[in-house]
Amino acid sequence: MSVVATSSSLSSRPVVPVVDILRFNTCGSVDDGKSTLIGRLLYDSKSLMEDQIEALERSADITGGGQINLANLTDGLRAEREQGITIDVAYRYFATPKRKFIIADTPGHVQYTRNMVTGASTANLSIVLVDARAGVIEQSRRHTAIASLLRIPHLVVAINKMDLVDWSEARFNEIRAQFEEFLPRLDIKDVKFIPLSALNGDNVVEPSKHTPWYAGPTLLAHLETVHIASDHNLSGFRLPVQWVNRPNNPTDARLHDFRGFSGQIAGGIVKVGQKVMTLPGGLTTTVKRIHTHDGDREEAFCPQSVTLLLEHDIDVSRGNMIIGLEDLPGASTDLQAKVCWMHPRVLQPGKKLWLKHTTHSVQAVVTEITHRINVTTLEQEPAPAGLALNDIGEIRLRTSRPLVFDGYATNRLTGSFILIEPGAHATVAAGMLHAPREVVRPEDGDFVI
Amino acid sequence: MTNYHLDHLDLLETEAIHIMREVAGEFERPVLLFSGGKDSICLLRLAEKAFRPSDIPMPFLNVETGHEFPELIEFRDRRAKQLGAKLIVRTVDQALASGAATQAPGEVSRNKLQIPVLLGAIEEFRFDCAIGGARRDEEKARAKERFFSFRDSFGQWDPKNQRPEIWNLYNGRLNAGENMRVFPLSNWTEMDVWEYIKREKLEVPSIYFSHTRECFRRGGQWLPVPPAHTDATKPDPYAGARPKPTEQRKTMVCRVRTIADMISTGMVESPASSFDDIIAEVAAARVTERGSRADDKASEAAMEDRKKAGYF
Ligand SMILES: Nc1nc2c(ncn2[C@@H]2O[C@H](COP(=O)(O)OP(=O)(O)O)[C@@H](O)[C@H]2O)c(=O)[nH]1
Repeated sequence: MSVVATSSSLSSRPVVPVVDILRFNTCGSVDDGKSTLIGRLLYDSKSLMEDQIEALERSADITGGGQINLANLTDGLRAEREQGITIDVAYRYFATPKRKFIIADTPGHVQYTRNMVTGASTANLSIVLVDARAGVIEQSRRHTAIASLLRIPHLVVAINKMDLVDWSEARFNEIRAQFEEFLPRLDIKDVKFIPLSALNGDNVVEPSKHTPWYAGPTLLAHLETVHIASDHNLSGFRLPVQWVNRPNNPTDARLHDFRGFSGQIAGGIVKVGQKVMTLPGGLTTTVKRIHTHDGDREEAFCPQSVTLLLEHDIDVSRGNMIIGLEDLPGASTDLQAKVCWMHPRVLQPGKKLWLKHTTHSVQAVVTEITHRINVTTLEQEPAPAGLALNDIGEIRLRTSRPLVFDGYATNRLTGSFILIEPGAHATVAAGMLHAPREVVRPEDGDFVI
Repeated sequence: MTNYHLDHLDLLETEAIHIMREVAGEFERPVLLFSGGKDSICLLRLAEKAFRPSDIPMPFLNVETGHEFPELIEFRDRRAKQLGAKLIVRTVDQALASGAATQAPGEVSRNKLQIPVLLGAIEEFRFDCAIGGARRDEEKARAKERFFSFRDSFGQWDPKNQRPEIWNLYNGRLNAGENMRVFPLSNWTEMDVWEYIKREKLEVPSIYFSHTRECFRRGGQWLPVPPAHTDATKPDPYAGARPKPTEQRKTMVCRVRTIADMISTGMVESPASSFDDIIAEVAAARVTERGSRADDKASEAAMEDRKKAGYF
């Protein structure tokens, strides 16, 4: 979630380092120790408060025979406490002097993959937990593959319960080798393996005396220092228009002509005087002002929220996109995408749905299910029966109006969409668009002002 | 500007502004819940940032239990006026009088009674979306909330069946009678809120700062002694919330850390008289802010049960 342009620009900052935010999610199978690990991170980094510790101790007396159960910290819902499982995404917050952290605790069972996709979609980093006794299992591959599909830049493989395998370096290396076998097929650039015991706290916040053979950082030290290079694309300017800012009967005469287009920059940088194009329509004009409540800016960048005023009076409304004239997006009604299907009713070709992309909602029909991706082997498989709950597959869609988009690999914000089922309006799929086959060309515009 | 770097407050702010504008773009009749407390004070600033120079395109709503700190009410009314917003107030008293709400025998707190009043106001004005200042770090059940939290036509939250929320794509679609609760501050912590209030130089009600007040000890907390009962023609609204002769009284130098109403807000002893003092206190705090709220102490699942029934 942090945006850093170049290291040289950093040197001009004041001595106090800017505190940024690292978002991460944790995944693994039931009982691998996720909840214990998060509890341990919070407990050992002194992020827990006395009343939380008291509540833990209270429940330990009632249910745990006196043993504090760190997992109780995150298993927030009554049903979870009753069934002893984590059923939804829970968010936790903690901070050290170096960073602020947002944890999405995502559950491990197969049927809750949709929650993992939810928790992982905004993450900079994913922690995949592996039980050292079990080694790499189907769930570990599945979670890693999802992290890769969602293009989470950093991965930590936390090999947990090392205390139960006698802190064996050989076992650690074996599991690492199992991982390294399938990692080359994935899109994850940075992977770190850490041996730990969440229960006892080894290598979580404090280095372990049981792992003299491990020279790497503790989990927390890694989280504090991992370089979160920009998740946000600073090269192609994109402003999906959220809201047209047009004061009603303003008392201030200068506001009579105020007509601004408000939105959060989804890519790139914009400057006053820069040429931009509005889509659909393809009209080209110039940025007259970049308005914010804190005063006008000369320049703004992703992911800032701004209001643009344009030189010409162009008809732009919510769902339209204002773009720069370099690094152009595609515009099409015929789309190819990977989707994670999140609904019990199977997805079949011909299905009509709502598609929400940036701030634009359109009708869409699934024209083809090209194949299903076996997330264990990452191989393509035919999908004659369609996509079932938690399946990931490749589909084609036709939309009622053209989408202005980038490939997901280029821009997570303009390359992603959700599908909404028209009855109860459940969110039924997360989609990642393929790069456009051709980009819009400015001269395509009907008339250039 | 040559440095394309945002700090944590900038990042939280732009995320929240985006959510505010999505609400304005996707809903017909949104409302903003404004209590005068520190979280909703941040919401108002975010609304200004999202919508100025236009008017904030939604009214404000507050549900009064009738046990409010007078300082809070005064601040709430003044702030709404400053912003030129329409403030709608609905009260538990009205709901008790009309029978829309009934008090359980022996129960003093009106916390739960806010639920039917809120749902009644949503129905009365046909609001399809209510923006609230809840944060996920406040409480375990809140930790599972979405930014856009769907409520069925009875106002209920179904935590097991929430819409997945992916990237920054929020699904605001509703059928008739359903509505949405939206929480732009979901990712903010108590510390973020105070740092933001300080950075933005926002005014807060005076009770957040140190003052002298008479309190009494109950349930492990120091509760404020309620105002005297003067109108003999009406039953004492604070009956049951007054100190018993056996309860210890003390005049304290104290402040509130989180505000519910007078009978469920524990006062904390504190000399903090500036934002910096408060921030230092939050940084050094050893109990959560909800640790000073009587309404959450009832049981481990107190918040979850209220939320399922339509609480914000
Ligand atoms: N021996 C040992 N047990 C662990 C470790 N981490 C977790 N556990 C235990 O494994 C069980 C499952 O842990 P939990 O955190 O609830 O798993 P989750 O389902 O992944 O959240 C609990 O009984 C934990 O005490 C560890 O490092 N060593």
